[in-house]
Amino acid sequence: MAVLVGAVLLAGLFFHVVAGVGVLRLPDFYTRLHALSKADTMGTLLVLSAVALAEGASLTAVKVIFIAVFFFLGNPAAAHAIARAARRAGLAPWRAGREAGR
Amino acid sequence: MTQLFLGAAAALLVLALAYLYRLAAGPSAFDRILGLSGFTSNITLVLVLTGVVFGRLDMFVDIALGYALLSFVGVIAAARYFERLPEK
Repeated sequence: MAVLVGAVLLAGLFFHVVAGVGVLRLPDFYTRLHALSKADTMGTLLVLSAVALAEGASLTAVKVIFIAVFFFLGNPAAAHAIARAARRAGLAPWRAGREAGR
Repeated sequence: MTQLFLGAAAALLVLALAYLYRLAAGPSAFDRILGLSGFTSNITLVLVLTGVVFGRLDMFVDIALGYALLSFVGVIAAARYFERLPEK
């Protein structure tokens, strides 16, 4: 069980590192959101699953799973809301060879 | 096992610095909202892992849940607000 918990936790950390690097390095808002929303959701799910596995069957584990389910539903919804707001406010997507924004 | 969770919490805190950078230096307001979203999800995980390390997960999980709900509402509210204003 400890090996499983460690593996799931490290996989979640890997996804979080990918999300962080993407947010730091990618050229414009939409690509950063692309990196953040998916990798961050996956990493959060995996880390919370590792915590729930380590906790065992209890009410606390159910609450941890509830946080995971909330992130699974809420993170993509928030990403969609931000992207739609940016699109409506007139932020242009990045294209190769052009400056970011506008 | 506690050591592993402590290391994971430390790594997530270091990663939160990347989102803080995007929050402080993002060129547009939406970059800042994005940084806030990533930062709060990282801090939620740090709260849960802190609960595991201290052996008080039953208390910290409620704090993390409230923090996650509030950050979600905040991000949605900020996105809706900046949707109405012209960019920059």
